[in-house]
Amino acid sequence: MRTGSRISPYLYILPALIIVICFRTIPIIASFTASFTDYDIGGFHGFVGFSNYERMFTDARFWNSVSNTVFFVLGVVPAGIAIPLVLAMLLRGELRGKTFYRTIYFLPVVTSAVAVSVVWTWLFKPEAGPINGIIIALGGDPLMWLREPRGIFEMMLSPMGFQPKGIFAGPSLALVSLMIVSIWKSIGYNTVLFLAGLENIPNNYYEAAKLDGAGKWGTFRHVTWPLLSPTTFYVLIMSTIASFQTFALVYVMTPPPGGGPLGTTNVIVFYLFQKAFDRFDMGYASAISVFLFIVLLVLTIIQRRFGERRVHYS
Amino acid sequence: MKSGQLLKQFLLLAGGIIMLMPFLWMISTSLEQGGVHNYVEAWNRVPFARYFLNTIIVTSLTLIGVLITTSLAAYSFGTMEYPGRDKLFLLFLSTMMVPQPVYLAPSYVILAKLGWIDTYLALIVPWITNVFSIFLLRQHFKTLPKSLFEAARLDGCSRFGYLWRVALPLSKSVIATIMLFNIVGSWNSFMWPLVVTHSEKLRVLQVGLSYFNQEQSSNYQLLMAASTFSILPLLVLFLLAQKHLVASYSRSGMKD
Repeated sequence: MRTGSRISPYLYILPALIIVICFRTIPIIASFTASFTDYDIGGFHGFVGFSNYERMFTDARFWNSVSNTVFFVLGVVPAGIAIPLVLAMLLRGELRGKTFYRTIYFLPVVTSAVAVSVVWTWLFKPEAGPINGIIIALGGDPLMWLREPRGIFEMMLSPMGFQPKGIFAGPSLALVSLMIVSIWKSIGYNTVLFLAGLENIPNNYYEAAKLDGAGKWGTFRHVTWPLLSPTTFYVLIMSTIASFQTFALVYVMTPPPGGGPLGTTNVIVFYLFQKAFDRFDMGYASAISVFLFIVLLVLTIIQRRFGERRVHYS
Repeated sequence: MKSGQLLKQFLLLAGGIIMLMPFLWMISTSLEQGGVHNYVEAWNRVPFARYFLNTIIVTSLTLIGVLITTSLAAYSFGTMEYPGRDKLFLLFLSTMMVPQPVYLAPSYVILAKLGWIDTYLALIVPWITNVFSIFLLRQHFKTLPKSLFEAARLDGCSRFGYLWRVALPLSKSVIATIMLFNIVGSWNSFMWPLVVTHSEKLRVLQVGLSYFNQEQSSNYQLLMAASTFSILPLLVLFLLAQKHLVASYSRSGMKD
């Protein structure tokens, strides 16, 4: 073999490899390293051991961002599974207008998060916004939506004389508003995944269920749901990973400074962004990055271990 | 129509209207008071033409880069045998498990050291390869029969000639998927350009729109007009390539 052909496989990879190493591998390693330093606006001074992590574990604002993120995930993910699952069940098989519906439901997926946020900010406007307009027309009281720092449980229970505090007050209405937008934006994508999952269930299972005299609900419970579980699991993990990284909605709809009314929409990535680019507190921001990375890594590993590979390349 | 079908259609239509409502409100608000004039007003209030131009430059140069680096790397990973191949491929794949926010801060520092902050280089160069696209194309190249390669070789086709004249033309569908993903990704990208550029003349559309939103927060008509024309190019692309785009997303399970 000529030398040329022995090194040529590497030459083919080279352009991609340079980019991957310079702009993925090195920054990733740097992120870990920087988390043990006091890199800040004045530059690098020295290694500080675990002190950024110690600071993180005692930083109330950090934990606030964690609990906001967890609320966000717990709100978005179940709805982002239930609604698309119902839609996919409705859309499966022969149906008039299938393409039309799929187009409409998918539209928010390809729309930029920024434009979506600008539009929904207007829809949620406490004064003159269309959503409050509808509520008033129906005889209800207008809500503050994105500017409401009170927790939703607190809002629901306080007329009855209860005053839940802290985490029991629930996510603020502002954060719930962001959840609504996030669910709306991802419905189409998850529906398409469920549709693909449903199409992969062999028809003979349904025929067998029919022969056994199973009703619609029985068929769903004993055939569709168990056979769809790899898809459901995949959607679950992927939505969780995506929701953990929410940024644009928070940034645009509950704009800086702050992360929403009283910091109630400040999620992890937004907090990380503030530390890194408002304060240039790179060491501390890197520690938060590592925390985020570990959470997402665990989720990815769970997906790899327990989820059947459901990626098909037909 | 049976009553079950009727109920189905009713539910889907009701859901569809809810999904579409924000877009309808956006368009109707954008036409309130000034009518079409709102669009002209929004367009001229801040340099949206510049933002569009920047986004088009970044999206197209990134796309060209991705197509070149991806085809070459996928060809090597998918069709050649050599020492270290699988380890290198694993190195590529491992970066896919780390989401962008995790390495955003150090990336900024590296770009600053290179003197690239606030330049097109910072917007484009880090994104001219895409590991997921390499993965998709590699999977496809692996399915091409070896006999095809040997036949082409006998006809005097060089290694690169085989990629260019045989392998790539047989991969049009995957290439289209890669193009769609990367166009949508670059066009909608927000966090990265927000961080790595500062001056207005380098502002891309998404960043420009978010600043416009902050500056004109009470001027709904203009905001909705600006949102509408920001969405328009991808909307047209989506309607034209709807079938392929939806199929791509569902096959690959990839978002953003």
